[in-house]
Amino acid sequence: MTNISYLEPLPKSPTGIKGLDEITYGGLPKGRPTLLVGGAGSGKTMLAMEFLVRGATQFDEPGVFVSFQETSKDLAANFASRGYNLNELIAEKKLYIDHVHIERSEIEETGEYDLEGLFIRLAHAVKVTGAKRVVLDTIEALFAGLTNTAILRAELRRLFAWLKDRDLTAIITGERGDTTLTRYGLEEYVADCVIVLDNRVVDQISTRRLRILKYRGSQHGTNEYPFLIENTGITVLPITSIGLNHDALTERISTGIERLDNMFEGKGYYRGSSVLISGTAGTGKSSIAAAFVDAACRRGERALYFAFEESPSQIIRNMRSIGMDLQEHVDNGCLTFHASRPTATGLETHLAQMFKIVMDVMPSVLVVDPISNLIAAGNISEVKSMLTRLVDFLKTNHTTTIFTSLTSGGDSLEQTEVGMSSLMDTWIVLRDVERGGERNREIHVLKSRGMSHSNQLREFVFTPQGIDLLDVYTGPAGMLTGTARVAQEAKEKAETLSRQQEIERKKRELERKRKALQAQVEALCAEMGTAEAELDVLLTEEKSRLSLLADEEVRMGKLRGADVSSRVDNISKKDYQEESK
Amino acid sequence: MSNEQTKSKGATHEAREAKWTLRLYVAGQTPKSLAAFENLKKIAEEHLQGEYTIEIIDLLENPQLAEGDQIVAIPTLVRKLPEPVKKIIGDLSNTERVLVGLDIIPSKRKQC
Repeated sequence: MTNISYLEPLPKSPTGIKGLDEITYGGLPKGRPTLLVGGAGSGKTMLAMEFLVRGATQFDEPGVFVSFQETSKDLAANFASRGYNLNELIAEKKLYIDHVHIERSEIEETGEYDLEGLFIRLAHAVKVTGAKRVVLDTIEALFAGLTNTAILRAELRRLFAWLKDRDLTAIITGERGDTTLTRYGLEEYVADCVIVLDNRVVDQISTRRLRILKYRGSQHGTNEYPFLIENTGITVLPITSIGLNHDALTERISTGIERLDNMFEGKGYYRGSSVLISGTAGTGKSSIAAAFVDAACRRGERALYFAFEESPSQIIRNMRSIGMDLQEHVDNGCLTFHASRPTATGLETHLAQMFKIVMDVMPSVLVVDPISNLIAAGNISEVKSMLTRLVDFLKTNHTTTIFTSLTSGGDSLEQTEVGMSSLMDTWIVLRDVERGGERNREIHVLKSRGMSHSNQLREFVFTPQGIDLLDVYTGPAGMLTGTARVAQEAKEKAETLSRQQEIERKKRELERKRKALQAQVEALCAEMGTAEAELDVLLTEEKSRLSLLADEEVRMGKLRGADVSSRVDNISKKDYQEESK
Repeated sequence: MSNEQTKSKGATHEAREAKWTLRLYVAGQTPKSLAAFENLKKIAEEHLQGEYTIEIIDLLENPQLAEGDQIVAIPTLVRKLPEPVKKIIGDLSNTERVLVGLDIIPSKRKQC
């Protein structure tokens, strides 16, 4: 057996920045410099400063910020808006900001020099604070301020060695170059860990992204991750497709509309499933989504509503008109709205924001209204990739989600603009049917995985009490809606009435007939009785006549002395037997 | 102004009021620093006719002073007076450029 001795893994210095520690598997390389590259306004200074502030406040590692651009005062003012009180940290000696100002026009170079002055300043700052972390932002300013690049390069090499010797975890920021990674080739010196920040603008919408280009001696996430700069600091969101291994729940959750539940085996959607409601403009997508939210809030579940089209107050007002008081849910904290214009940020930023809010709110039901609007912020393939990741994420969290999607006029109803139907477990299609000079709303379930759903097209109406699905009336021309349905209803009512009257009439006639027959039967019975009575009389008479005859015969026989009794006996015996029967 | 600075008044001339206030920042007795000091003395003698003071500040002893004058390179010569403040870095081996830097003679170079 071979013995593999496991060395201590690379020690790391946690940044405390949400998400960044995850993709770097613990933070930046401890005691080594990290190069942070990005264009102007990509958030280098922000990230670097957050590294120091969090180091000082969360990890008890004081830091030195050497700024080659902004003065200490400017920095403090800028970061005050992020909620960082730099001056307080400086007063507590947890942070030291040294502004190094180099202006070429103020400097004449003659002969040999070195950058010992910078080293001394840095050493002084490190000594004063006991710093473990250093940021040099942006050291390339030296190249702009000094002309002798040979000296500069030698000194930079010495500087990075110096930082390493002192076991300082450093972030060196650098401007992105055209042909090289950084404008002045800083990557030559700092090669342990390189992080690239990017603020890309596509169709006038910018998205911030972060990527770890290399990380010697450590595994790291290799993708481009969107990140947010918010007033709580930086959040990097490692949003990648989580994969298809989420649990499928069997619990069912009401749609909020009783008769719509009936279309789903009377139970509604599966919990944790993704539901798509698509339809043309004005078919009631938002209302059906709102009904779901309303029902969830009534059950005491948390709901989150991403509105990309209407403002929360507008949604609340509109839903009040159909009997849903969402304001009440907002007030008691069940419902959270988050409204933003799709064009306000890039797709990735939207996604990142949505992830963050979902993680903050942890809703059990979620509405994205409408998802189709996000196309304005990106192209279809981007939207699809975003949705895949969003759906995966939500399914893993067991969040039941309703996405609404606007189908534009000319498109087929059964095709979503985003082409995302395959991601969805349940798809409800709403449509406007024009017939008989009016438009009526119809709803049907196009698909619903894992349950036997109704295949019936249903008409639904908005009433001040809510949404109601109506009974189905099918006529010769298909399903009847609107006034045609009302006419059909009236017709059916009339038909029912006349049918009932007919039955009544038939019933009466039958009764009469029955009574007549009964009378007849009674008459016959009476007749029968009379006949029977007559027969009895006859029989009795006959019997007495026979016995009389027999007696006479016996008497005559006696008189004649002949034996004839046996004949009379036989006759009388036979008569008695019949009588007794 | 720190008392620990080594002050060296220009040669024999007891200046009426020093017209030039120069400060040379060094970090220990390195060859470059020594060369800069020698060169500076020579130039001052020749061109400033005693109307100057030179302070030498050793940052190894007083590192906190580097920030005030924005010292990055060593050696750095700072012209505090007359205004505006001028900086010359290096061992001052090129006399002409030192003179240009101190505005003693006008610049012949094109501005780059």
